Amino acid sequence: MNIQIKNGHLIDPKNGIDAVRDVFLSAGKVLAAGTTPSGFVADKIIDATGLVVIPGLIDLAARLREPGYEYKATLESEMSAAVAGGITSLACPPDTDPALDEPGLVEMLKHRARALSQANVYPVGALTYGLKGLELTEMAELADAGCVAFSQADAPLTDTRVLMRAMQYAATFDFGVWLRPQDSFLARNGVAHDGEVATRLGLLSIPVCAETIALATMLQLARETGVRLHICRISSAAAVAMIRAAKKEGMALTCDVSMNHIHLSEMDIGYFDSNCHLIPPLRHQRDRDALRIGLLEGVIDAICSNHSPVDEDAKQLPFAEAEAGATGLELLLPLVLKWAKQGKHSLAEAIAKVTLNPAQILNIDAGHLSIGAVADICIFNPECYWKVEASALKSQGKNTPFLGMELQGKVLYALVNGQIVYQSN
Amino acid sequence: MNNPQLNKQGELQHLLSTEGLPARILYDILDRAATFVDVAGRGEIKKVPLLHGKSVFNVFFENSTRTRTTFEIAAKRLSADVVNLNIGSSSTSKGETLLDTVDNLCAMHADMFVVRHASSGAAHLIAKHVAPEIHVINAGDGRHAHPTQALLDMYTIRHFKKEFHNLRVAIVGDILHSRVARSQIHALTTLGVPEVRVIAPKTLLPSHVEQLGVRVFHDMQQGLRDVDVVLMLRLQNERMQGAALPSAQEYFKYYGLTQEKLALAKPDAIVMHPGPMNRGVEIDSSVADGGQSVILPQVTFGIAVRMAVMSTLAGGK
Repeated sequence: MNIQIKNGHLIDPKNGIDAVRDVFLSAGKVLAAGTTPSGFVADKIIDATGLVVIPGLIDLAARLREPGYEYKATLESEMSAAVAGGITSLACPPDTDPALDEPGLVEMLKHRARALSQANVYPVGALTYGLKGLELTEMAELADAGCVAFSQADAPLTDTRVLMRAMQYAATFDFGVWLRPQDSFLARNGVAHDGEVATRLGLLSIPVCAETIALATMLQLARETGVRLHICRISSAAAVAMIRAAKKEGMALTCDVSMNHIHLSEMDIGYFDSNCHLIPPLRHQRDRDALRIGLLEGVIDAICSNHSPVDEDAKQLPFAEAEAGATGLELLLPLVLKWAKQGKHSLAEAIAKVTLNPAQILNIDAGHLSIGAVADICIFNPECYWKVEASALKSQGKNTPFLGMELQGKVLYALVNGQIVYQSN
Repeated sequence: MNNPQLNKQGELQHLLSTEGLPARILYDILDRAATFVDVAGRGEIKKVPLLHGKSVFNVFFENSTRTRTTFEIAAKRLSADVVNLNIGSSSTSKGETLLDTVDNLCAMHADMFVVRHASSGAAHLIAKHVAPEIHVINAGDGRHAHPTQALLDMYTIRHFKKEFHNLRVAIVGDILHSRVARSQIHALTTLGVPEVRVIAPKTLLPSHVEQLGVRVFHDMQQGLRDVDVVLMLRLQNERMQGAALPSAQEYFKYYGLTQEKLALAKPDAIVMHPGPMNRGVEIDSSVADGGQSVILPQVTFGIAVRMAVMSTLAGGK
């Protein structure tokens, strides 16, 4: 099938394109951009006048809740939410039930996802069995089954010897290890940043040093083992500074941040808004500002949705008892655009944080629209405002700190492998 | 952000915290409480019909005898029908959620809930959930707030000291875990107390506590110097099991209120405690039972203050 995307504003950070260009797709690939290739006859023309055409978004942290948590969300609901958010590839953390620690589970997940023929799913395998932090998983087997990296998700790995062994083993095969830094003793039972808001509200808190101490350990072990380390969802200014220094020293290190943390702070908890009960906790405004600067400087490579759909009942509880997490797939693009607009950053710069950069972290050939590239594409209306409300979200998770807010930027089409998998009505 | 305690007219809809309430509302409650205490001039608070025909549900998800009893007495003196429910932790183990419990009680036509819960924010959650004609009083939520305790403390301070604007008040003990301390701090600063001190070891202070408008002391001798009011806090025994404190003995030596330490305060300083006391842990018996102690008047005033809160909420505006 030949598709012509007509008159759209093409932004392709990898190829430095930021201009109105037609895009021509054939056999699931990008055939050309700009002038019509000779002999091209479009089976379908998408009129993208006034719209922006970008590589499909790549989300480094999207919980699909399968297997095990189907009451929170299903693969069907979350996969359709992903493409409605313009996300054409996503990495899912291993904290399912059971955890993604067996090749069979990974194959099943990939198979189920493929059958839905929507976004590409890249499972992140468990680094240790059951995410218990004790025994290494069969990483090579898991990689053969389709895992793109290995992680503990939000589960602690307190035994530093196990962590070092896990990194050594992963480094043997050049597998990436993705870790979220948090010292589990310092963070024990904590639900909010150790600051003024937690003090006022009487919430058990998580100090910044819980993040920096764990991060220091991870960085040092990565230096020792030479593992390809990706740091997930940092939350503090201090962590940004440490990663900046590590990168300066020449460490091969990447880092992401959740979209919630570049826009919100502890103040947004207000009067115990459980939608702001997130992992990691929302920190001080100074931390948020440092995360935004870190993004701009490239200290932080990517923005992820950290999509964690939670069922309604689990949020209708006092703050500390309410389950942490927020839906995110359909908010990723608008919140990235919001960051760009507020910081007066170019669209290309912002888009790279959710396309090209995460593709490089995943080590996949995606996130760009070069000639011959797989036609994973997102087309959005940059001017359209929409209100975040339950009925507007395809995700089964309806909880987000942005509930009730108007966001700018609406996805109109998503294409995967040159097929239209989502079209807004 | 709308203050969830006030209705659109700026009147008290729920009492969830002393934070964010205008001084006018606090003074109104204290003034109203005074009318009940005057009625009690000969030692008994007369029964008044202000809540006649109303149902007050005391819903305690966390055990309490004293607070629940004073609320019960207060409601009965206002001629309300009182229902006491000690839910404890058992109902959650049966699978019923907090809001399910509340919905069930609403179906029994409650007009007012007095709620105690181990989780910070529980009273806010309930207040947000119930129909607008139902009022919620927070009788203690986690480490967050215990506003009626703070108000009865304010009443007691005013009774003995007349004014707030010339006082130096010290709060001593486990600030970190104390909902009472947080509510006292907000009430004192709102009512215009120029200097509120907190005295505790660093392990019993929340971070950034100074942003609540208090002066921080770690040395009790320094902290008590020239204060007018000493507010002692209860130290839970379980604090000794974690890493917060090494022993009750050491705590008493450095942070227990003794006659010697109290002598550093103003000669007419008063000593208060929300109860129940741990004698010999945070307070010496000679101080608790001494001439400067106003701990028992606090309990009496507590009934009047809770009557004032309930009748304010029930529309005696």
